[in-house]
Amino acid sequence: MNNITATQTARRPLSDIDLRAVAPFVALAALLVFGALINPNFLGLDNLTNVATRSAFIAIIAVGATFVISAGGLDLSVGSMAAFVAGTMILFLNSGAVSGDTGMIAAAMLMALATGALCGLANGLITTLGRIEPFIVTLGTMGIFRALTIYLAEGGSIAIKSQELRAAYRPIYFGDVLGVPIPVIVILAVGIIGAFIFYRTRFGRHVTAVGSNEDVARYSGISVNRVRTLTYVIQGLCVAIAVLVYVPRLGAATPTTGLLWELQAITAVVIGGTALRGGVGRIWGTICGALILEVVGNIMVLSDLVSEYLIGAVQGAIIIIAMLIQRSLGRR
Amino acid sequence: MKAIFAGLAALALASVATMAGAQDKKVHIAVSIPAADHGWTGGVVYHAERAKKTLEARYPGLKITVKTSPDGASQANALEDLTAQGIDALVTLPHNSDELTDPIRQVKEKGTFVTVVDRALSDRSIQDLYVAGNNPELGRVAGEYIKKELGGKGDVVVIRGLPIVIDEERQKGFDEGIKGSEIKVLDRQFGNWSRDDAFKVMQDYLAKYKKIDAVWCQDDDMAVGVLEAIQQAKRTDIKFVVGGAGMKDMIKRVADGDSMIPVDVLYPPAMIATAMELTAGNFYDQVPVRGSYILDATLVTKENAKEFYFPDSPF
Repeated sequence: MNNITATQTARRPLSDIDLRAVAPFVALAALLVFGALINPNFLGLDNLTNVATRSAFIAIIAVGATFVISAGGLDLSVGSMAAFVAGTMILFLNSGAVSGDTGMIAAAMLMALATGALCGLANGLITTLGRIEPFIVTLGTMGIFRALTIYLAEGGSIAIKSQELRAAYRPIYFGDVLGVPIPVIVILAVGIIGAFIFYRTRFGRHVTAVGSNEDVARYSGISVNRVRTLTYVIQGLCVAIAVLVYVPRLGAATPTTGLLWELQAITAVVIGGTALRGGVGRIWGTICGALILEVVGNIMVLSDLVSEYLIGAVQGAIIIIAMLIQRSLGRR
Repeated sequence: MKAIFAGLAALALASVATMAGAQDKKVHIAVSIPAADHGWTGGVVYHAERAKKTLEARYPGLKITVKTSPDGASQANALEDLTAQGIDALVTLPHNSDELTDPIRQVKEKGTFVTVVDRALSDRSIQDLYVAGNNPELGRVAGEYIKKELGGKGDVVVIRGLPIVIDEERQKGFDEGIKGSEIKVLDRQFGNWSRDDAFKVMQDYLAKYKKIDAVWCQDDDMAVGVLEAIQQAKRTDIKFVVGGAGMKDMIKRVADGDSMIPVDVLYPPAMIATAMELTAGNFYDQVPVRGSYILDATLVTKENAKEFYFPDSPF
């Protein structure tokens, strides 16, 4: 990989566009049409903003997962980590360590970001220095983060105690700027920054290099362990950013917070066109994948076609069909 | 009330006098319950730990081991491990009745006293004592309240828990409660007893239906998500939400006269403590306890809410 690719990727002629990169967007468009046919309320502005806003958690976490997976790693701990970061953040908010609501929230946000980065660093260091499969490491930390959260909550939930603080923080999820919900703006910001790091920096190219062939990357002078560890730190930061948006929604961390988010995030990444074996990553595809997952769930509730017992089966089928469409586009 | 206290005191004195030695009798009770995977089971774990402390302090010879398991298969393993330690009694809230009936039967065959909580076994002859809330009644009480409050006519949406027997029984009870009225159930979807999922489902209901009179979500954790979704949509057509279980935040809303949460239907996680108390009583106090002990699905209203408010509980 040499330095001209970085500037050239953005200005390719239309005929050169990789159909696989476009495929997730085609699948999303198809789903939107399908949804509109099933229930006219689906295309209502309220419903669409609801769905886009709800997809924020998975979308933001999945951007981090794109880095980890592209570098040939895997992080199963993100859901539990989200619960843990949310729990500690709320406990900090309840401690009243900083006076003034705005100052308190800002301090808590910084603390959450630091906690997320440290959790990611732990995953990264254990994986690289301990030379253990990331699947096992993050399966372990998944249990640890979940248990710590339940321990902190004494088996119940951790809620923001001060109603004023809750009211002051609430707009981060429910507010909007010029009609665009704040969580959607956060998705876009994370996407832009993520895409910049991934496609336009040396680190980003190292990530794909490590993911496609570790040995070649090492012989090219890339510090494989450092790159891998950093992807886990980015993942931790993304989890923390998702938590910053999650906490103001219901104002609490519960034992069900973040349950199965890891699977949803990995699914979003794969639907988006990133290879699970590493080496290829698509940031915007990932965000589109997260939207697809949320839209599928939304359509299921809005339609009266499917028994509530069969929703899981239909969701699974739609995801597989979306992947098949993508594959057939890629072969052309 | 005084008379009862006097009677109890006399009984206590009598038992202290006659059975001073009996208090030191060595008894090992194992408690096997699901891990705290949502608010209600969190409450179960809390009350099990609390009951362990009080009971061990009351009976010096008593040893209680509380073991939580994340799923049915690991609970079966936990039962084997606990039995291997040599136990006199087992108090268990099984993840799944069908799956755990045989593992519990094996415990029983070793001569262990078996107390089953909340979820009855497929073969009821195994359990010496059965302590539970009343699931069909929880649905029926909620249904009847909604029928009465809406004047026998209106549109209701339902959020279900998980597809297991408990949820099925509650749904049937609810249908029975609204029977004979013009209450229309617009939709039933699973919210998995999770705040986040209930929030999503409620948002989708609000997009789908332009007029909803009341929401029945059978669980207080889910009610939190439902209320948040209604508040966000600024909808005023929904008159009230009926949850269930008896979470402290919801009981407080009822006590404060919140118009959105006018009532709650009781299904207390503290039933595990009831079961442990009765089991310990079987060994130390020679009181007959075998049989079924079904707690009421009490309708909590503004008037009686104080009785059911535990500010220190995590649930």
